[in-house]
Amino acid sequence: MRILTGNDLKSGSVTWWTGSDWSLHVEDAVDVAGSEDEIARREEASRRVNAPYAIDAEIYEGRPRPSHIKDRIRALGPTVRPDLTLKPTDPDIGTWVI
Amino acid sequence: MDNLSSENDTLIRYRDDEPVDHAAVTVDSFLDQSSASAVRVEPGDDARELLPHLERLSLVEVNFPAFGDGRGYSSAQILREAGYQGELRAVGDVLVDQVAYMRRCGFDAFDPDAPLNEADLETALSRWPEVYQGAADKRTPIWSKRHA
Amino acid sequence: MYLYDQYDQAMVDARVAEFRDQAQRRLEGKLTEDQFKPLRLMNGLYLQLHAYMLRVAIPYGTLNSRQMHALADIAEKYDRGYGHFTTRQNIQYNWIKLEDAGDILADLAEVEMHAIQTSGNCIRNISSDHFAGAAADELVDPRPYAELLRQWSSFHPEFSYLPRKFKIAVIASDTDRAAMRLHDIGIQIVKNDAGELGAAFYVGGGMGRTPMIAPCIKEFVPLDRLVTYAEACLRVYNRHGRRDNKYKARIKILVHEMGAEEYTRQVDAEFDHMLSQGIEPPFAELERIRTFFEDPLFEEGASAEIDRSDPDFALWVDRNTHAHKADGYVSAVISLKPVGGIPGDATSEQMRLMADLAKDYSFDELRVMHTQNIVLPHVRVADLHALWTALEEAGLGSSNLDTIEDIIACPGLDYCSLANARSIPVAQKISERFAANGKTEALGKLKLKISGCINACGHHHAGHIGILGVDKKGVENYQLLLGGSEAEDVSLAKITGPGFDEAGIVDAVETAADVYLREREDGERFLDTYRRIGMAPFKEALYG
Repeated sequence: MRILTGNDLKSGSVTWWTGSDWSLHVEDAVDVAGSEDEIARREEASRRVNAPYAIDAEIYEGRPRPSHIKDRIRALGPTVRPDLTLKPTDPDIGTWVI
Repeated sequence: MDNLSSENDTLIRYRDDEPVDHAAVTVDSFLDQSSASAVRVEPGDDARELLPHLERLSLVEVNFPAFGDGRGYSSAQILREAGYQGELRAVGDVLVDQVAYMRRCGFDAFDPDAPLNEADLETALSRWPEVYQGAADKRTPIWSKRHA
Repeated sequence: MYLYDQYDQAMVDARVAEFRDQAQRRLEGKLTEDQFKPLRLMNGLYLQLHAYMLRVAIPYGTLNSRQMHALADIAEKYDRGYGHFTTRQNIQYNWIKLEDAGDILADLAEVEMHAIQTSGNCIRNISSDHFAGAAADELVDPRPYAELLRQWSSFHPEFSYLPRKFKIAVIASDTDRAAMRLHDIGIQIVKNDAGELGAAFYVGGGMGRTPMIAPCIKEFVPLDRLVTYAEACLRVYNRHGRRDNKYKARIKILVHEMGAEEYTRQVDAEFDHMLSQGIEPPFAELERIRTFFEDPLFEEGASAEIDRSDPDFALWVDRNTHAHKADGYVSAVISLKPVGGIPGDATSEQMRLMADLAKDYSFDELRVMHTQNIVLPHVRVADLHALWTALEEAGLGSSNLDTIEDIIACPGLDYCSLANARSIPVAQKISERFAANGKTEALGKLKLKISGCINACGHHHAGHIGILGVDKKGVENYQLLLGGSEAEDVSLAKITGPGFDEAGIVDAVETAADVYLREREDGERFLDTYRRIGMAPFKEALYG
């Protein structure tokens, strides 16, 4: 599947396209295969997102998981500072990222 | 913004003379012919080739095909350092956030692809209370004021 | 250290206003991201892997306690309570909001700081010797020349849209502590036979994907021609540097393709022309700047005696202090490389402590090293024990300067959108490995540098041991390099062979270290042994 990501223009936070809005959580992302360019153009023009682009993802335990490690680190936060990630207390998050 | 030209509503000039009424030619054709008084300098052109002919030039357009290509700033400086007094016009992808440095390098006219917002232009051009370097605009550098 | 006058302050204040306006126009949609990007970069604001990142300039790595406190406050107020000291003596914050950027720049301006030209295709913050003004072996303090060039390069109208970024380092000692010859321009302040000071210009060095050592293009530029000569170097580059391929746009490629001789000829011609343009500040300006860098009032006859009865303290003194020009003083290095820690990171609390210690023990001055540590440049030997005790209590007392644990690492894939592999975890595991196996002391001076991609922010080409992270079909992979140096014995490291996974690279470093321990002769560093015996014994041990 293809999922769409970008950054919030004001805060810079990593965001994911949910089909109707932008979420901080990659689990909320939806497949945009075929329409990624159109959504990206429209959303960027309305400044609801900054610098959007589509990436490959797979379904993992029922939720989208980016195919490449870079996008997984981007989705979660720095692996060397678990306290600063979106899931600071999840003991299994290491296996999800790596 | 003086002398806003009627036939070209994006042209901005900071000069009192009349704009040249014919199109600028390329550097190569300028060097080949003796009649043109307006030339267009592309980023890869050597502005120094114009130096022997400055007295017959009234307009030099310096093209910025992309605003990030800064060769035109050096072309402008070189022409002004050599004493060129005619119009020096920045054309192409000329954006409001670049005009202050362009003015410093000796540009006195702008003909941008997209019109500049007048208020933003005024703000940009009045931004810098001082300057650190000597440049073609002959503003007094800070170091000179410190040791006046 | 240098203090702003009303002119410097007016310029920085104007920049804050300009950037507030630009950010506002971006938020309103009057600027596209493509248009805004070079503007925000020229104010140090990146869009990184997780958020906006702000890089703040620390000119030639020098700051006072008030400025360090301000950096700590910014980390707490606008970021997540920490900052990262970089290999160009700057600091960067990883979690910045665009809507806060103007306020942060305003807070910085209050303490005579800024983020001007810390990124973008312009002349970047000028780096220097972290022991400048203190080192026993320096000719003069190089920082006045760096400050002169800082002012010249700030908001330079002709050189703000260069083909690529442009980095300058200035030193004034035969010992190179600033990787001078791996900069776009490296300047060494020297004395000629007549006893006059001048500047040797090395142009066209750099790391990145095509590492090159800068050749000397001018052995002696008189000090009252320094700005003019730099301007000539830049103009030739701005006009002729490649713009067709960003990977070939650095000045090193121009100098290489044109040839150093032809480049020099063109610079000299431009220089001759520019001499008539009146762009050189009067010598009085250099003298004015020099007055800010006069020695602090060192205590006459300060004692150089050290009580070495505490072995931990004695080790710290041996490893983390550097010879000072004043009797009874040393420069003391605060290591930001605790075992298993993140190289170069410091919390707000640590920054405040370092600031306060600088005030108490180092004439209110601190330095950032390109090796991502902090220096207190002027510490009385008599105060060392009190200083060390305070550092130890705060977890900042690591005694590992210039050892294998003193690793340079770029932020890597944990933070950087350009990275291919993580650098920090590798650094953490290597420092843990060597702290545990006890080989650090035996290995002595060993510079290990890790980059997470070929852009080489972690200086892997210049490591005695270098590590380069690459992406091998979506999996992190690490190449090992040997034999680099950024110092006066500058050389570029060579790749040993096929790469390793994360666990494998830690083993590989230990294997290479063991080859050295086996083969070394008296007094040899790792680098010396490598240079003597060559790559083969290392390859044999690694790949057998």
